[in-house]
Amino acid sequence: MSTQENASNHEGESYAQFVRRQFKKNTFGMISVYVVVVIFGIAVFADVIANDKPIIASYKGSTILPVFKEYAVSIGLARWDAEFVTAEWRTLQYEWSIFPPIPYSPSTTDKRLASLKDRAPSGTHWLGTDDIGRDVAAGLVHGSRYALSIGFVAMGIALAIGIVLGAISGFFGGAIDIAISRLIEIMITFPRFFLIITIVAMVEVGSLWLIMMLIGLTGWTNIARFMRGEVLRVRTLDYVSAATALGYSTRRIIFRHVMPNAIAPVLIYAAFGIVSAILFESALSFLGFGVPPTVVTWGSVLFRARASTYSWWLAVFPGLMIFITVSAFNLIGDALRDATDPRLRA
Amino acid sequence: MWQYILKRILLFIPTLFVITLISFGISRLAPGDPVSAKVGQGSEGGMSGRSTLNEKTVELIRKQWHLDKPVWQQYTIWTSGLLGFDEHGTFTGKPDFGNSFLDNRPVFDKMLERVPVTLTMSLLAIIMAYAVAIPMGVYSATHQGTFADRLSTFLLFALYSLPVFWIGTLAVTFLANPEYFSWFPSGGLRSPAFNGNWSIWKRFMDYGAHLALPMMVYVYADFAFISRQMRSSMLEVVRMDFVRTARAKGLAERAVIWRHAFRNALIPLITIISSLVPSLIGGSVIIESIFSIPGMGELSYKALVARDYPMIMAVFTVSAVLTLVGMLLGDLLYSLADPRVSYSKKQS
Repeated sequence: MSTQENASNHEGESYAQFVRRQFKKNTFGMISVYVVVVIFGIAVFADVIANDKPIIASYKGSTILPVFKEYAVSIGLARWDAEFVTAEWRTLQYEWSIFPPIPYSPSTTDKRLASLKDRAPSGTHWLGTDDIGRDVAAGLVHGSRYALSIGFVAMGIALAIGIVLGAISGFFGGAIDIAISRLIEIMITFPRFFLIITIVAMVEVGSLWLIMMLIGLTGWTNIARFMRGEVLRVRTLDYVSAATALGYSTRRIIFRHVMPNAIAPVLIYAAFGIVSAILFESALSFLGFGVPPTVVTWGSVLFRARASTYSWWLAVFPGLMIFITVSAFNLIGDALRDATDPRLRA
Repeated sequence: MWQYILKRILLFIPTLFVITLISFGISRLAPGDPVSAKVGQGSEGGMSGRSTLNEKTVELIRKQWHLDKPVWQQYTIWTSGLLGFDEHGTFTGKPDFGNSFLDNRPVFDKMLERVPVTLTMSLLAIIMAYAVAIPMGVYSATHQGTFADRLSTFLLFALYSLPVFWIGTLAVTFLANPEYFSWFPSGGLRSPAFNGNWSIWKRFMDYGAHLALPMMVYVYADFAFISRQMRSSMLEVVRMDFVRTARAKGLAERAVIWRHAFRNALIPLITIISSLVPSLIGGSVIIESIFSIPGMGELSYKALVARDYPMIMAVFTVSAVLTLVGMLLGDLLYSLADPRVSYSKKQS
């Protein structure tokens, strides 16, 4: 592909460099990348941001790090001392302590809250609590983990299936191609939302893994179709013939020579796929299916809003989080699409 | 053309086969068999009901639902029911999806009752969405880069990213709530006091008040999507050579845009229709359950909550068929809109 004069000072740049340069020109796209990074940070540090245990405290003369000890306990490296197992962390007598900015865990129920007014946003609960006294802010902070992991895992599954099947279908053609294309055709006709909601509702205990699997297993068709087309297009190009002539294996040709050029457009599908995965999960939780009731996701907080219509904070904040995340990924997808547009390259 | 349609319909058969298999499989997916679920429900959801009475009921129901037969026979009975044959193999002409667990009425009848509501609402929504979105998309594209274009692109993007279930919840929370604004009724299709003696105007206003919020939620999502599509497809077309030719030969700008560019830009929008058809059911599950509108969506939602297998299987099968029909419709409209696309000569 020849680059013409307006790319004069970018001569010899690879396709990836070109896409990156175009992407950086897109203000909204770049802002969205930062937004996603922030949400990612919230997800990673959720335990330090919202937790009912102190981050560091001095208790009975010794310094303890309960938040981090929790990790050690959960992977079996350590055990809680007997007095901590049933401890109400916030009521212990510390010499000194540093609590996370939101001193509640998503499942901590604040039993002091009797009336609706007490549950509204206030100094103690910034974003209010739900009807059984769980802090909304803590739920949203920890919910970002579920949202992102559902988005990325489901999309990862879809990408893996889509890329492999699409590449195989395009490269080998013939009977394999016909079989895979038929499979894609059948998959497309499934009412996806209803299929997922039905299976999740039918299975006795819903789990996040099940939802991720279902979204991933039903979401690969567009990627496969794109990859198939891309491989079909590239297959006849000179450099692939050259690679074949050099005696490279089929797998090497597909993965080392054909794939790199198709990756940027596939990322567009990935960005929008993450959006739809997050929306799927939220919608499922919102309808009351999906995650078990003890798990707090953005959608499940919104589900609570349906039961208590007077709690406006339950309706506003989780939706806002979903909206921000979804917008960010949508904008990234848009920016990628613009950046990979070959017409801009002329 | 007819040959093409016939071929496509024949190609439906393997797909439909897989769909019925999955649909049938889903009912076996659930823990326990459907009967224990049913009997459990009969005795107020209690699991203790292992009395002789229940044993007898189970036996009876098993027979009634052919669960005493091998699985493949159950499957053939169910599918031949779908095609309108009764269990003796005589054609009745009426699809039989079995009876609902909830009230023992035929699933098909229950669905037929609900179809008009959902169909009216989603068709109205599609028409309204297209009617606003198309001129807006065209304007935005022909005034690319102006303030109006940027503003509308930005707003449409925001609308597009707003989840339907959130907007619905917000609408119910703030606009149909005595605590804040009680402008709209919070749900249902008409007031409890509704009766046929009301004047047409009064009846119309009653429906209007109930449908305003759900329709708004229905429309905005489609609207944002279509408008964005229209803009990008229009932008693509105005760059093309034939548009330059049209301008070069001195046509008025209006004619260039509406007679030449617009008609070509419309083609991708037609295929969108095919993706809207299946959402006739899928999209309505959320909206109808938020606003408790007695349509297909609410029916399927309630069936899911109650694990009403015959109903769930039916809704699943029907929406899959709708998807198939939608895709065929999209392809046919596509060939109508674009004479270059011909299905008669070419192998598809």
